[in-house]
Amino acid sequence: MSKTYNLTTPLTEEQTRMLKAGDIVYLSGVIFTARDAAHKRLVDLIEAGEELPFDLEGSVIYFVGPTPPKPGDPIGSAGPTTSYRMDSYSPTMLKHGSKGMIGKGKRNQDVKDACKEYGGIYFGATGGAGALLGKQIKSAEVIAYPELGPEAVRKLEVENFPVTVINDTYGADLYQMGREQYEVK
Amino acid sequence: MRVIEFNDVVKAVRDIIVHCGTDLPQDAYDALKQAMEDEKSPVSKEVLKQILENADIAKDEKRPLCQDTGLAVFFVKVGDEVKINGGLLKDAINKGTEQGYTDAYLRASTCEPFSRANLKDTVGYNLPAIIHFDIVAGDKIDIEYAAKGGGSENVSRATVFPPAAGKDGIVEYVKEVISNAGPNPCPPITVGVGIGGTFEKAAISSKHALFRTLGTHNEDPEMDELEQRILTEINNLGIGAMGMGGTKTALAVHIESNPCHIASLPVSVNVQCHSSRHTHITI
Repeated sequence: MSKTYNLTTPLTEEQTRMLKAGDIVYLSGVIFTARDAAHKRLVDLIEAGEELPFDLEGSVIYFVGPTPPKPGDPIGSAGPTTSYRMDSYSPTMLKHGSKGMIGKGKRNQDVKDACKEYGGIYFGATGGAGALLGKQIKSAEVIAYPELGPEAVRKLEVENFPVTVINDTYGADLYQMGREQYEVK
Repeated sequence: MRVIEFNDVVKAVRDIIVHCGTDLPQDAYDALKQAMEDEKSPVSKEVLKQILENADIAKDEKRPLCQDTGLAVFFVKVGDEVKINGGLLKDAINKGTEQGYTDAYLRASTCEPFSRANLKDTVGYNLPAIIHFDIVAGDKIDIEYAAKGGGSENVSRATVFPPAAGKDGIVEYVKEVISNAGPNPCPPITVGVGIGGTFEKAAISSKHALFRTLGTHNEDPEMDELEQRILTEINNLGIGAMGMGGTKTALAVHIESNPCHIASLPVSVNVQCHSSRHTHITI
């Protein structure tokens, strides 16, 4: 039976190890945005042993390229992008302390293995619910790579941001579990 | 000849883009609502509820439905008695696209293929639009528009079968494409299937099939039957809303079929995410 949790970032390994695929989590606190282009730069920095624009320890990375904010809003619509494009970078991020990722769609085995080994969670947010999700973001600040436009790294403050655990630290995959349950052969 | 002002086309295009960015068309909304009622999985039902709530918020507060506000895709039928005064029709559509995307705070998503540099400052904000022209009799311009997102485009596929593959081959192919796509294209999806023609004709037909109003039947009874058969097969995959597992993976399958070469059976599968932002105007 799936459980519901309210968690505040940064996440600890104790917290991530208690989560199971299918659990619903309302996240609050600071999260960071990065898509393909930003991931490439972050991983290059890690490999060169250089300092990152934010502390990876316990961090949650949101795969999103928001729309421009309307005047007076912190951010525009901000739903998840498809995560497989980050598959080649995520294991390095997890190895260096990041504890969570928010996106949509399947991850490869390397990412699932890294979740097990380093205590990371892959959360799914509802794709195409950008207006609803954008409202849970209370502040947004570009902290690196402004030239990437929508793909710049942003520091977001979120409140009760609704996500579901897709891949947990035990190797379970909600996409597989859900599909097996409803597949008609 | 009927003279239509360049700026009237610009304004009409701008207006449909602004509208489509935030207001989910009624056919898509109704189809999602029906899916929510029919869905057997409580998890997928909850996702569908969130998707509908998102549509309500977007409409009420004029916020983009999704951060992927798409590439602007047009199918334009130009009457042979129409003359545009003040510029080219193609330029008017591009100008309207740029204005709409800018005015509604939609995302500029066009980029150079390899450097990935955004084209907003060089070519224009979310330009160029993808425009398919046709010339027809009459004195009107008929514009079909859709904001086409990247996630569902990425899982779309095309191939050319030998004729012997027949309907069974096409059913299996579409099933395989959707099965491999899984949660990635943001289901529940609409599946456009282009059959026949040439390689590119099938692809364009599969795109145009997505513009058909959801809930309508194919006028050709044979294709209508094939649509229902493929829809059942897709929903039997169990993918569900956002891939969480469920009974409603697709809202509809739309087929457009064309005559083809005696040696070939081209087929293309174009996938549309649940946020089916499309509309139609006549000028």
